[in-house]
Amino acid sequence: MTELHHLTLAELNEGLRARRFSSVEITRHFLARIERLNPALNAVITVTGEQALAAAQRADRLLAAGEAGDLTGLPIIHKDIFCTDGVLTTCGSRMLSNFVAPYDATLVERLSQAGVVMLGKANMDEFAMGSSNETSWYGPVKNPWDLKKVPGGSSGGSAASVAARITPAATATDTGGSIRQPAALTGLTGFKPTYGRVSRYGMIAFASSLDQAGTLTLTAKDAALLMRDMAGFDAKDSTSVDTPVPDYVAALDQPLNGLRIGLLKEFFDGLEPRMATLIREALQVYERRGAKLFEVSLPNLPLSVPTYYVVAPAECSSNLSRFDGVRFGYRCENPKDLLDLYKRSRGEGFGAEVKRRIMTGTYVLSAGYYDAYYLRAQKVRRLITDDFARAFKQVDVLMGPTSPTPAFDIGAKVDDPITMYLNDIYTIGANLAGLPAMSIPCGKIDGLPVGLQIIGPHFAEAKLFNVAHGYQQDTLWHKEIPKGYE
Amino acid sequence: MSLTRNDVENIAHLARLALSEEQLPVYVDSLSKIFSFVEQLNGADIAAVEPMAHPLADQVQRMRPDEVLDADQHAKYQRNAPRVEADLYLVPKVIE
Amino acid sequence: MMSWETVIGLEIHAQLATRSKIFSSAATAYGAAPNAQANLVDLGYPGVLPVLNRDAVRMAVKFGLAVGAQVAPRSVFARKNYFYPDLPKGYQISQYEKPVVEKGKLQIMLDDGTIKVIGITRAHLEEDAGKSLHEDFQGASGIDLNRAGTPLLEIVSEPDMRSAKEAVAYLKKVHTLVRYLEICDGNMQEGSFRCDANVSVRPVGQEKFGTRCEIKNLNSFRYIEKAINYEVARQIEEIEAGRKIKQETRLYDPDKGETRSLRSKEEANDYRYFPDPDLLPVVIEQAFVESVRGTLPELPDQKAARYVEKFGLSAYDAGVLTASREMGDFYESVLAALQAKNLAGHEKLAANWTMGELSAALNKDNVDVTQSRIDAARLAGLLARIADETISGKIAKEVFEAMWAEGSDADAIIEAKGLKQITDTGAIEKTIDEVMAANPKQLADYRSGKDKLFGFFVGQVMKVTAGKANPAQVNDLLKKKLAP
Repeated sequence: MTELHHLTLAELNEGLRARRFSSVEITRHFLARIERLNPALNAVITVTGEQALAAAQRADRLLAAGEAGDLTGLPIIHKDIFCTDGVLTTCGSRMLSNFVAPYDATLVERLSQAGVVMLGKANMDEFAMGSSNETSWYGPVKNPWDLKKVPGGSSGGSAASVAARITPAATATDTGGSIRQPAALTGLTGFKPTYGRVSRYGMIAFASSLDQAGTLTLTAKDAALLMRDMAGFDAKDSTSVDTPVPDYVAALDQPLNGLRIGLLKEFFDGLEPRMATLIREALQVYERRGAKLFEVSLPNLPLSVPTYYVVAPAECSSNLSRFDGVRFGYRCENPKDLLDLYKRSRGEGFGAEVKRRIMTGTYVLSAGYYDAYYLRAQKVRRLITDDFARAFKQVDVLMGPTSPTPAFDIGAKVDDPITMYLNDIYTIGANLAGLPAMSIPCGKIDGLPVGLQIIGPHFAEAKLFNVAHGYQQDTLWHKEIPKGYE
Repeated sequence: MSLTRNDVENIAHLARLALSEEQLPVYVDSLSKIFSFVEQLNGADIAAVEPMAHPLADQVQRMRPDEVLDADQHAKYQRNAPRVEADLYLVPKVIE
Repeated sequence: MMSWETVIGLEIHAQLATRSKIFSSAATAYGAAPNAQANLVDLGYPGVLPVLNRDAVRMAVKFGLAVGAQVAPRSVFARKNYFYPDLPKGYQISQYEKPVVEKGKLQIMLDDGTIKVIGITRAHLEEDAGKSLHEDFQGASGIDLNRAGTPLLEIVSEPDMRSAKEAVAYLKKVHTLVRYLEICDGNMQEGSFRCDANVSVRPVGQEKFGTRCEIKNLNSFRYIEKAINYEVARQIEEIEAGRKIKQETRLYDPDKGETRSLRSKEEANDYRYFPDPDLLPVVIEQAFVESVRGTLPELPDQKAARYVEKFGLSAYDAGVLTASREMGDFYESVLAALQAKNLAGHEKLAANWTMGELSAALNKDNVDVTQSRIDAARLAGLLARIADETISGKIAKEVFEAMWAEGSDADAIIEAKGLKQITDTGAIEKTIDEVMAANPKQLADYRSGKDKLFGFFVGQVMKVTAGKANPAQVNDLLKKKLAP
């Protein structure tokens, strides 16, 4: 029996327009699932039930009048990194645990105008810093595939929500892999667009030259559906790109024969054998559709993780200076002077990983170290970006694993930052170079999902959706539901 | 690369972060590990390379027209402030 | 006994006269209610982003062109990181390695007429911080962020000035220039034109610069001269006593007339400058520069040169009249009005009256020339009566005062007070005869060789005629009649 939560966003969209069910019905259904299933997952921080039902009612009226927009009536959960007017926006941090945003992020505004119904705000690693959703002030998020395991991070709450089918889709952000890695660990389609494709206005900044907003959905088609309305120039964001947004949904069914797929030597070196097998099986699906495989090498790619861990902390150390207990956010009790106000509000408001990255960033920008660290890292960044550009002269897309392992135990990696950082080894390169990239489910190891990563050149979103969609026509991994959430 | 306790205290001060006595050695350890890790960058041949501050090479800054678009919304914004008096944000006295 | 040379560099922060802020669309108008003009971007809220104001860039380019500087085809905004309550983001968006304007120069004229060229190292764009109010709150300071985000042009001079007077002359010139260009209103009381001075001393002949101190809180031309002189004396005293100068920031205290160390100012701030990732490189194309060039007004030096050449004024007088665009405009309006009365050729007269009586009256009432109680047309009316000898220069001063007080025309006052100059030869001769008859002793003395008594007779004639006799005629006729 097909339940509402078995349907993809596209199917729900179609059903709403055919009046097989209403937006209020769908919304009530998911709100009930959230109430029942979220406690074990801890994926949602704030549920906006009343607001959602009111929006659903408005949506039904529009649908009835034939005035529906692209996404009218479809439920969504927003990662708690997006400012939502009048709704608590915590960024997973004690620092913002009392912060009711006075405005909507552009992304939230656009999706709202397109008609979505916001169910709530998803848990996340604090200030988007983490790969396991274990650094949140609100506690760790559990992976619905195995509640003892992490869902990945930093968009762990968004991923767990969609995987557990307590929402058909969620927005998320990706700075070093924070959409793709959780997608791989929870069996979802996670999409990160080209840098500048989606507005960053209202998205609480972690690393400004790396952050991008994207989606966690059940299918590539759903991602295309959302991205069609999310993408586009925003005058309020100087880094927003002013080029037209193609109809991503219309481009989904292009044939894939002749597709040139590059396999990164650096990704396959030392890859865990079962993981390597699943990836190769996925590639065979493409070969059967007429794609050709090529080996390519990005010699500077192994330096992407150390590069990232200089650049991202540097930017975040500055971006997080505004959290000082003066105009909003957490303020310590009885500050005895200004210095005490700053130090204790920030010392108490921020968790350990955030403090670690702020200090790393402060150090690499400081006098005497700027050239040796920050400047050097920005130069290596250019080398990596140039490597990708050269590869894309020979191939249309790059493919490989998303994450080195499937989901690991909660608590397994918290003690050593480097071990945690290496979870991003395959994903970081695309952020440094600003490239669009996604992860789609391609198998399971020991019952836990594994993801195939697809990376494209700048502004190749349509191609990526098309390539992923083709795979999803021929396979069933994306349809699997974790036990207990059917 | 090993950081000393003094290094971490200085950085914490620059970044305005209060670290407790117990936490300090933990940070010294983890930060040292991080800096050892990023030393890998020293091997890269960057002699003739320009630093990359933005991932899209051709992007240049857009300029907006000089227009006032905002009305006074201070009451709304100040609802989030920990301490406000007479529409001013209050902080412990600043000595010049 | 050591001979010392003073070395001064000035850093000027000029608030640019844009309507909205440099990176946000909130208003910049002075005097709004606290925090009424601080929007989310100015407040540094989570998630907000900066977008550059085109007019701020235009104004910076305009300044660059006016000082013959290079306009960078590509410049970069950098973050200057430090914590202070009036700096909401915990960093100031400024420019560091690649400023928008570099390598300009400005000509200054000292009181004695000497010309000197002062180099301008750079001028860059940045955002202003908010304000802290320290009174009124028990143990707390109140922060008003209206000013946060207002565009500033930071103008840095080369250390080319060698005296407080040179520094003041340079400052005044920059002040005049930014107002000519209409990029800054130059209001020092309101804080839209601020100056910090870097001062050091070195033995005459030494090439190496001495340790410098930065003096802040200089918000009037008078203070700047006093502060620099105090600081120079202080430094010389310290060095001569065998002590080293500590490089520090000092505050000028106008009540005590001294500079003092900013005690709580932190150990050398590590600003950790890096290119702002939320802003892209600013590309200024030649077309943009040329369109700005087209908006340049006649610059002060050009105007002064024109006055010297066309009106025959001295360089000094031309300099005074062009110190503000409004003053120059006023002067030229007076000339135009005189021209309309067919009274060209009185440029010097007009200059003297504009710089003299009119400026004195403006200063006394503390108003600007644009609010003068005697407008250009009326002043021209008065000057016309001097030119056509209806009244003497001395009487004219009386008329001017009455015009200023009553707001009426020269002619009306001359008529009402019967101040017309006496030019009737017969009448003057009659008066002279009366005076000669009334002063026989002086007459005899004069005729026997005491030439100095000529002035006495002039004075007596003037007294009798209440100053209205035409002085030139009095002189001629007296000479004839007094002759033995």
